[in-house]
Amino acid sequence: MFAYLVKRIFQAAAVMFVISIISFAIQDNLGDPLRELVGQSVSEETRNELREEMGLNDSFIVQYTRFAKKALHGDLGTSYFFKEPALTVILKKLPATLELVLGASIIIIGLSIPLGVYTAIKPNAFVSKAIMSLSIIGISIPVFLTAILMIYFFAVELRLLPSFGRGDVVHVFGYWKTNFATWDGLKHIFMPSVALASIMLPLFIRLIRSEMMETLQSDYVRYAWAKGLKAKRIWFLHALKNTMLPVITVGGVQIGTMVAYTILTETVFQWPGMGFMFLEAVNRVDTPLIVAYLIIVGFIFVVTNTLVDLLYGLVNPTVKLARMGA
Amino acid sequence: MSLLSVRDLVVKFAMRHQTLTALDQISFELAQGERLGIVGESGAGKSITGFAILNLLSQPGFIAGGKIMFDGKDMASLSAEEMRLIRGDRIAMIFQDPMVTLNPVLTIGEQMVETLQAHRKISRRDAEKIAIVKLREVYIPAPEERLSQYPHELSGGMRQRIIIAIALLLDPQLIIADEPTTALDVTIQADIMELLLELCTNNKVSLILITHDLGVVSQMTERTLVMYAGKIIESGKTREIVNDPQHPYTQGLINALPQQTVPGQQLKQIPGNMPGLGSLPSGCAFHPRCDFATDVCKKTAPEFVSFADVKVACHEVARLHQTKEAEAKDG
Repeated sequence: MFAYLVKRIFQAAAVMFVISIISFAIQDNLGDPLRELVGQSVSEETRNELREEMGLNDSFIVQYTRFAKKALHGDLGTSYFFKEPALTVILKKLPATLELVLGASIIIIGLSIPLGVYTAIKPNAFVSKAIMSLSIIGISIPVFLTAILMIYFFAVELRLLPSFGRGDVVHVFGYWKTNFATWDGLKHIFMPSVALASIMLPLFIRLIRSEMMETLQSDYVRYAWAKGLKAKRIWFLHALKNTMLPVITVGGVQIGTMVAYTILTETVFQWPGMGFMFLEAVNRVDTPLIVAYLIIVGFIFVVTNTLVDLLYGLVNPTVKLARMGA
Repeated sequence: MSLLSVRDLVVKFAMRHQTLTALDQISFELAQGERLGIVGESGAGKSITGFAILNLLSQPGFIAGGKIMFDGKDMASLSAEEMRLIRGDRIAMIFQDPMVTLNPVLTIGEQMVETLQAHRKISRRDAEKIAIVKLREVYIPAPEERLSQYPHELSGGMRQRIIIAIALLLDPQLIIADEPTTALDVTIQADIMELLLELCTNNKVSLILITHDLGVVSQMTERTLVMYAGKIIESGKTREIVNDPQHPYTQGLINALPQQTVPGQQLKQIPGNMPGLGSLPSGCAFHPRCDFATDVCKKTAPEFVSFADVKVACHEVARLHQTKEAEAKDG
């Protein structure tokens, strides 16, 4: 167990190293930050002095080493626009994004398991066929279109739900303010969560369905029937537990992907999260913020994947042995 | 009264373009405590017979006709819940490959306790006690520790013993063992068979042993059915069938046993393969592979007729008996 943990942490560190290099390399291709930083009246000489002062004229390796040293101490640079440490700017926006991902995850987990299981158990039922057809449509429609259509129907026409912002939030601790504490907050997070879930949900329904159908054909499920167990126990324990093993692995990767997808959703719903912030940062050529965002998102990816792998070991007993041997 | 009576059982498979007959007019009786062997090549319909009794045919198979009576009850008239209560409780089943029969993510204890709790109102603690007793009966060392182990921590032979222990948990009247040793090492096969025989005789449990090995059948069972292409072609006392096989197919199976061949010589095979269900030959399904086939065999299917102690479906056997009877009359 310990050896496995150490191995995983080393892997995660290696991945983070690569991510940091790539993110840092991007900044040279984003345009000149000086154009945004200073007014038009500043002369080219002053600009060059400023560049020299900020270290923008140094070689890539020198710049990267300087950046990496600071990053290891928790300093990801200072945002040009906010004049604040980039990490602080992101940490202020992070809770909103994580809450959005949480909302979408609740919808996905809460719906995909029952719907996936149902369509696997009753593949020929009318409801199953309807779910499968709808899921194809769900996969095909891009997130921003779903979001705009939802705003049109629920906010503009029916006036049931607010179309932008976080609404009433309750302060939890630090920068964390939550949407889940008030009715108004819940109303505000509902549509963005659904929009964010709209691509992943059909994917998971189909994944769970196909894994479940395969499991239902297995010998151990047939044996469970031969033992005279009740159908519910066979479906929801014997089959579902085996179905979820591959689903957990895919799910972990998708959580990271969802953090990236928030860029679209947050922009449409004016959600004050870090996806929305990232797009603004790109517009302002706020390179330190862009680089910091990429590194934080990469970090979230690595952490969720590592956690999911550990979780997988808890659910799948056959992994434990391999781990002890590792 | 017999414990199990199968009458004219027909099982079909609804395929996309046609409906195939997998079992054709299968009939047999099984008395309480009796051990019956069902023998045949792969695809003869042996396993399907076993699954049809428990109504566990996998899609697209279905029972198309016939009657299965178990312990005086017509299985077709039972509700799904009544059928569930028979499975695992009155009729237990042992599957072919112990490596894939047990659920990989549940402990042995869990899989034993759930079986007891599905049929009896019993606490977990009491169920575990029974499980340990049964594990001891199948000679599993340190049974208390096994309960918390997962299937992958045990060998194939151990797993099959555990599956036998699960079969015995609720003291069934009938055990259907579908090739219980095919997937195991040769050295373990004999042990498992011996164990199964011992437990069945001690507990007066009826046994249906499905296998392709006539050698095993001769040691384990009292009566034997020989199946070919979904039909029973010979049935009778195991001793009779092994010592004096009537049907050319049964003869072929016995001649193919390694014990029947002088060391150094090639094993005597039956030429050809069993036909697929979609391409059954006309007349007697065995005629393309039979040394004694005549024109009659190609045209009409032989009837299943009793001769003294055995029943055989073969034109040639029928002809031989007729001439014998005629000679006896004349003589």
